[in-house]
Amino acid sequence: MKREWLAYGGLHLHAPDPAAPALRVVDLNVGYPGSNASVLYKVNFTLPAGSRLALVGPNGSGKSTLLKTIAGLLPIQSGEIAVFGLKVRACHHRTSFLPQREEINWRFPVDVLRFVTAGRYVHCGWLTRPDDHDHAVVRQILEQLDLISIAHKLIGELSGGQQQRVLLARSVAQGSDLLLLDEPLNAVDSASRLLVAQVLDRLQAQGKSMIVSTHDIGTHDHPFDGILSLEHGALREVTHGVDP
Amino acid sequence: MAWILEPWSMQFMRDGLLAGLVAGLSCALLGVYVVFRRMAFAGEAMSHTTLPGLVLAQIYGWNLALGALLSNLTTAIGIGILSAGASRRRGVREDAMIGVVFTGMFALGIILTSLGGPAGSMAGLSHLLFGNILSVAPGDLKFIIGASVVIVGALALLHKEFELSSYDSNYADLIGIGSTRLRMAILLLIALAVVSGVQVVGVILTSALLITPAATASMFARRLIPMMALSVALSWAAIIGGLYAAYYISLPPGATIVFVCALLFVAAWCWRKVAG
Repeated sequence: MKREWLAYGGLHLHAPDPAAPALRVVDLNVGYPGSNASVLYKVNFTLPAGSRLALVGPNGSGKSTLLKTIAGLLPIQSGEIAVFGLKVRACHHRTSFLPQREEINWRFPVDVLRFVTAGRYVHCGWLTRPDDHDHAVVRQILEQLDLISIAHKLIGELSGGQQQRVLLARSVAQGSDLLLLDEPLNAVDSASRLLVAQVLDRLQAQGKSMIVSTHDIGTHDHPFDGILSLEHGALREVTHGVDP
Repeated sequence: MAWILEPWSMQFMRDGLLAGLVAGLSCALLGVYVVFRRMAFAGEAMSHTTLPGLVLAQIYGWNLALGALLSNLTTAIGIGILSAGASRRRGVREDAMIGVVFTGMFALGIILTSLGGPAGSMAGLSHLLFGNILSVAPGDLKFIIGASVVIVGALALLHKEFELSSYDSNYADLIGIGSTRLRMAILLLIALAVVSGVQVVGVILTSALLITPAATASMFARRLIPMMALSVALSWAAIIGGLYAAYYISLPPGATIVFVCALLFVAAWCWRKVAG
């Protein structure tokens, strides 16, 4: 953070607990605002730091809701979420979220370079602009994801696979320690899938933790440390590597 | 060439031109966000809801711009609060909420007009409904310039935040920017722009200054800043054209400005169709 007093969200960014797991979810119940019904029921799991977790389940099982709740975009009905030992949003610069493509206004006139640079805004805050370091980080990520040749293309002119890679690039540009990726391989061709897999491997080698949601785990070529299976908002199965 | 300069030898024409260009600048810049954030209906609503404030100002002898501003700020805050809560309420969509506020406030303005005291006290109100750029008072001109400074300053200082929240409100929320407060900020800026525009083209047509130049510019410019520049150029062309029409063929300037804006839009649309 360049100037603490200009930080987004005020002066409440706290240093994480180094001994804490990346994520701890305890008895989590989540419902949508205005409704008493729960979408997630009694979800419990712990993600050790540096692990990669697959979040699987059919469409409508609550995968996106779980990721958005961890990201702080949806309120908790009851239960607890701790990100690196802190409450949700207490260290929001350390958490990034890759949404599904449908949630972006792709018609907005912004190019790939500026879209990915937005991943650095959390390190700038109000009234400041990305500096040379931020631009260097962005350029490196664009090269890793083979986006440099389309850096000045408008986001609305991209193919589905390119849009998916641009979203991933922004999440990586943020430099967060916990990445929440909602269907990152949706509509991605085999060449893009390989690039995405390489980037995820590199992130994990750097000690980053991540949850990757998918409705078809067969589309992922690389193994996960654990699998969390959701069905109708409840945990159906927690495999080896994730502490229930 | 003398005919080009002749209108500007008159003080009221020069004041009208300055008021039009400054109000057109802020409306056209803000209009790009209004168009791409799909807030055109909110802009339309805001222009109509100046009416109760204008009527009250007329009745009690307040400054008309101040009355319109109070009315519009109330509406902006109301729309901001109601639309922020709309997603939490089942069965009531944001556009329906805006429709309720918009028509309710306009109806209140009409009722106040009918209760407006002795006959004739509302006589000056018609020029507010349809605009009278050629009788902009010095105080109104100062207000228009001040409002424009606030709008352009806010758009410049919060450019990256307004831009990001326009295409990905979730990400703006995630990193702590807060898309709801930025939406509220845009509504408040629209309130200021509309009050400026009311002096130029009137209550009924102000939303055209917000929407039409920006919509036309979006057909040609690919990026945000060039789009804003083109939107301002189109708005200024319409305002200057409207003033010439008012001077030489006695057309109502406010309506003519909006009609020229619409003609430019139709011409641009046809050109795009023909050019593919």
